[in-house]
Amino acid sequence: MSIFLKYILSIIIFFPLLSAIILVFVNKKAEGLLRNLATVLSLAEFVISLFLFIYFKSNTYEFQFIERFSWIREFGASYFLGIDGVSLFMILLTTLMTFVSLLSSYKYIKDHVKEFVILMLVLETFMLGTFASLDVLLFYLFWEFMLIPMYFIIGMWGSGRRVYSAVKFVLYTLAGSLIMLFGLITIFILHYNQTGDLTFNLLKLYNTNIPFMLQIVLFIAIFLGFAVKVPVFPFHTWLPDAHTEAPTAGSVILAGVLLKFGVYGFFRFAIPLMPEAALVLTPIILVLAVISIIYGALVSIVQKDLKRLVAFSSVSHMGFIMLGLFAMTAVSVDGSVLQMLNHGISTGALFLFVGMLYERRHTRLIADFGGLAKKAPIFAALFMISVLSSVGLPGLNGFVGEFLILVGSFKQYTLFTIFATSGIIFAAVYLLWMFQRVMFQDITNQKNEDFKDMTFREIMTVLPLIFLMFFIGLYPDVFLSRINPTVVHFVNIIEHNKYAYNLIKAKMGLFNA
Amino acid sequence: MNSKDLIVWLIPFFPLLGAILWGVFGKYFKNYSGYLGSIFIVISFILSTVIFFTVAYGHGFTSTLYPWIDASYFKVNISTTVDRLSVIMLVMVTGISSLVHIYSIGYMKDDKGFARYFSYLNLFVFSMIMLIMANNFLLLYVFWEAVGFCSYILIGFWYEKKSASNAGKKAFIVNRIGDFGFALGVMLIFVNMGTLSYSSVFSGIHLLPPYLITTIALLLFAGAIGKSAQFPLHVWLPDAMEGPTPVSALIHAATMVTAGVYLIARCHIIFSYSPDASNVVLIIGGTTAFIAAFIAMTQFDIKRIIAYSTISQLGYMFMAVGIGSYAAGIFHLVSHAIFKGLLFLTAGSVMHGMSGELDLRKMGGLYSKMKKTAITFIVGGLALSGIPPFSGFFSKDAILASLFNKGDYFFWIIGELVAFMTAFYIFRLIFNVFFGESHVDKNLHVHESPDVMTIPLIILACFAAVFGFIGLPPFDHSIFYNFINKDFANSFNFSPAVNNYPWYLLSTVSVIAGISGIYTAYVFYIKKSFNLEMLKKRFKTIYALSFNKLYIDEIYDFAIVKPMKNFSVFLWRVVDSFVIDGAVNGIAQWISVTSSKVRKVQNGMLMSYVFTLTVGVIALLAYYFVR
Amino acid sequence: MNVNVNDYLAVASIIFCIGALGVLIRKNLITIFLSLELMFNAANLGFVAVSEYLNLMSGDIFVIFIMVVAAAEAAILLGIAIAFYREKGTINIDKANELKM
Repeated sequence: MSIFLKYILSIIIFFPLLSAIILVFVNKKAEGLLRNLATVLSLAEFVISLFLFIYFKSNTYEFQFIERFSWIREFGASYFLGIDGVSLFMILLTTLMTFVSLLSSYKYIKDHVKEFVILMLVLETFMLGTFASLDVLLFYLFWEFMLIPMYFIIGMWGSGRRVYSAVKFVLYTLAGSLIMLFGLITIFILHYNQTGDLTFNLLKLYNTNIPFMLQIVLFIAIFLGFAVKVPVFPFHTWLPDAHTEAPTAGSVILAGVLLKFGVYGFFRFAIPLMPEAALVLTPIILVLAVISIIYGALVSIVQKDLKRLVAFSSVSHMGFIMLGLFAMTAVSVDGSVLQMLNHGISTGALFLFVGMLYERRHTRLIADFGGLAKKAPIFAALFMISVLSSVGLPGLNGFVGEFLILVGSFKQYTLFTIFATSGIIFAAVYLLWMFQRVMFQDITNQKNEDFKDMTFREIMTVLPLIFLMFFIGLYPDVFLSRINPTVVHFVNIIEHNKYAYNLIKAKMGLFNA
Repeated sequence: MNSKDLIVWLIPFFPLLGAILWGVFGKYFKNYSGYLGSIFIVISFILSTVIFFTVAYGHGFTSTLYPWIDASYFKVNISTTVDRLSVIMLVMVTGISSLVHIYSIGYMKDDKGFARYFSYLNLFVFSMIMLIMANNFLLLYVFWEAVGFCSYILIGFWYEKKSASNAGKKAFIVNRIGDFGFALGVMLIFVNMGTLSYSSVFSGIHLLPPYLITTIALLLFAGAIGKSAQFPLHVWLPDAMEGPTPVSALIHAATMVTAGVYLIARCHIIFSYSPDASNVVLIIGGTTAFIAAFIAMTQFDIKRIIAYSTISQLGYMFMAVGIGSYAAGIFHLVSHAIFKGLLFLTAGSVMHGMSGELDLRKMGGLYSKMKKTAITFIVGGLALSGIPPFSGFFSKDAILASLFNKGDYFFWIIGELVAFMTAFYIFRLIFNVFFGESHVDKNLHVHESPDVMTIPLIILACFAAVFGFIGLPPFDHSIFYNFINKDFANSFNFSPAVNNYPWYLLSTVSVIAGISGIYTAYVFYIKKSFNLEMLKKRFKTIYALSFNKLYIDEIYDFAIVKPMKNFSVFLWRVVDSFVIDGAVNGIAQWISVTSSKVRKVQNGMLMSYVFTLTVGVIALLAYYFVR
Repeated sequence: MNVNVNDYLAVASIIFCIGALGVLIRKNLITIFLSLELMFNAANLGFVAVSEYLNLMSGDIFVIFIMVVAAAEAAILLGIAIAFYREKGTINIDKANELKM
């Protein structure tokens, strides 16, 4: 057990890769076996990752389950893993969403099953690695690796303009992350010049003393990399395309996990590495966040394609998360981190339901549906719960996160918060209107007459997510108590830097007008 | 957890249990969900009565279930407070809910979604109970939204009907607009006070600067405007009549819509420190009372008439709490809940007997065919018109007397005017439905409703008749005032209606207003002394304004809904697809055009490659030597 | 007559230029190949001369390497030339433009 716990992070990261290797040896034609095996292995992976949760010490902000081996000594790069309260839940979210999306694609993925399940599991390894790395080079490696399986998932199993979307997705993200790499390497060199210590160790890089103007430049560079991933307006246009054309599993992973990397990057890298620049640029970023909230919501209202609607709602929701993070109070950042989980769960669930609609009717246009509630009551009930969780109805998960974000941001950024709060009205407008047109009213399209209710497998797919919606909504303390120490530490770092920031501000005469 | 706490938590527990049972296992319970659901609510009612007496003869207490949110400095518990205000509301809500549940067994008998209906209804009762008992603003907000959600699913209960699902959505969204203000108010309280629990907020609110108190009060009031359907957010309530009639009785007359009044009574300390905010409440209340009564006079849909009447009566309550006469507001709240619940249920009974007909032009002379319904309806109508000794007389008079006594003569006159209009429109309804010649479709078999429906009506009618007597002796010495004022006494601008004028004179004025309203209706619709068509023509503009509900829906559509949709389309088609994606694709386009030009160099001729190579080498060498 | 290293290098340069000119202006694959060999051998001559001048062995070793590689190349190129002839019926280099897009 102790060995297991000592290397648990490596085990969790590489177990899916191992599973993928096992699956390589399975006959390509045994599709049922491939699907079942992949699902079971990903479930096992989720169960293993629960050990992290059990053995996680909730009273400290220090990194836990640390593993460290020398990797490329010439660059000072090391295989350095560790998690805190934020990455803990991101890892759990990843393992859960991978399981759910594998379970959801039994019917959707009809050909090249073997390649699909292998790619999904490989993708899981890369995602987990990104969340657990504390070495900048290792992080960047995993970060770029993620693109490859995702590119194939969208490009091979997608629909419509799938290649266009896949290429757009990769180029967008790649452009952002290359600029980010430039920023990270600059910090690495700066740290070497200052201390003579050649290292990519993130915890040591935190102490780099970066001149103020350079900080601004580097922050903008790294901001671009992460902002594309979040995505923040106006870097969001890859998202609707990628979401719309991706297969259900791809959309679920994309919304559930991949979008979180942007915010996670800000939390782990951009802000702690360059706190002063972050403080200076906060107003601009908050403006972008608030624009994202309202813009995403307004554009959602008039979407005709279900997936596009959910995709734009993601832009809106991610805006809330950015607002909470950059308001930089303990409460708002707590809310932000919780909302990252919530968004993964609710939007993931929404994509699952849209996927089920698509499997049955081979269309995603809202106008083609209507009156389904009569034919599929279970579907209607569970779909409604997911919609409400996304709307932020109290008692479900979305409310807790959103309210913490807003109440935490209110004092310092009152105006932004007021605008952001108006987002909750729009959320009700676009989601309920969509739900009404799809599920309520009378059946107008004859093809909907024999709409089938959910099968047992489909219920099992969404049930974990529905359970979490209620659980987080009613008893968020389980999550908050583990997130909070990390967040408080994070906010303290910022507070500490505010002093230096104010000195710089005075010295440079910034904002004197 | 001692026995008192246990009882308090059992009150919401039973409806919640019911909601889950019928919601998840409705298939297996079938019709039992109705009976068991009603029994659950009756149990809650009995427990509420127990708590009522515990509080009445003891004092209020707080009870905590578990800490809900604990994020750094933001801490909120799931906990309840019962005091005199909340026990009155509790007994009223659970009592009327019990009757509505029993009535629904008959009303919804043949509906396919029987179990689903009771699941929703139980969920609503749970949320309403928790709303009343919450002991902090966040919990209040949570259940404030939760009752709104229940209202949404119940209005849209018959979701196949487009109008019903539209109405549900409209209710939810309009409520959310109010809740937007409410949420900001809650946040503003937290960032200034560092806490959300009632007791700490109320004891510390006076330390804030006045403008902040006013802002907080107004933001909270925004929530109340939405939930209690006050002008300008009243538009959802008439549409909400698309739901089953018992739902209209319970949610859209007796309980949920009064939550706004309850909110202000609950926060009376905040409002008492802000005269400006209180004045806004008074003005909005007065405006709404008048507008809604004005619209109600010309409508033909019986449920909509009663809905506008509800809006108008809520306006009365807001006038009362606006001048600080919280006890009068709550008094009218409870008595209105009884007689308006009664009116809706009887309207439902009429619908039931008429196979769903709602247009009063197609009714008439129903008195002989459904006597129980008719008599209980008339009792409700008399109570609404403020005719003594029915309950509405006492409670409405308490409000009017407070207005007069406070010196707000303008609003007193409005109040009396509305009293006249109220009596007119409700008796216009009664005369057209139950008396006069019959316009009923000959093929329609009109019948009285079953006992399971009429018995709740009779019980409610009895209450509507006698409940007012707790308002005796007049005004601030009455039983009700003595009970509730212990809660309100510490608010400093509370204005009890002091007897410095002959109260019976004022009461006489109100009674005259009521009776003359009834008489006008009698003259118009029974004696037919006037040619109504002539009148309509002469007052064409006014009639059109009233009949078309002041065109408020159309104005919203024109000024808000359409521009927003157009703006969204603009954002999507122009900003997103054209500008941003255009820029992105433009860059890609530029790169591919450039490279297709550069590609021409690769012409496939080996000689040209070698030539280029040689020229390059020579150039390099030349550079080397020249340097 | 005393022949010094500069003379060797001058000769090598002349041979190299002749070879380069041959590569540039001839169209026949075989002739181009022969011109290439000329350039190789010009380089070889330079290597040997400088190696002798500096009293080092490395230049000689390079020459042997180059000769071996050139021999191997010759074999491959003749193979390509024959394959090309079979395909096109000519060994004119201008016909080898398949990879042009």
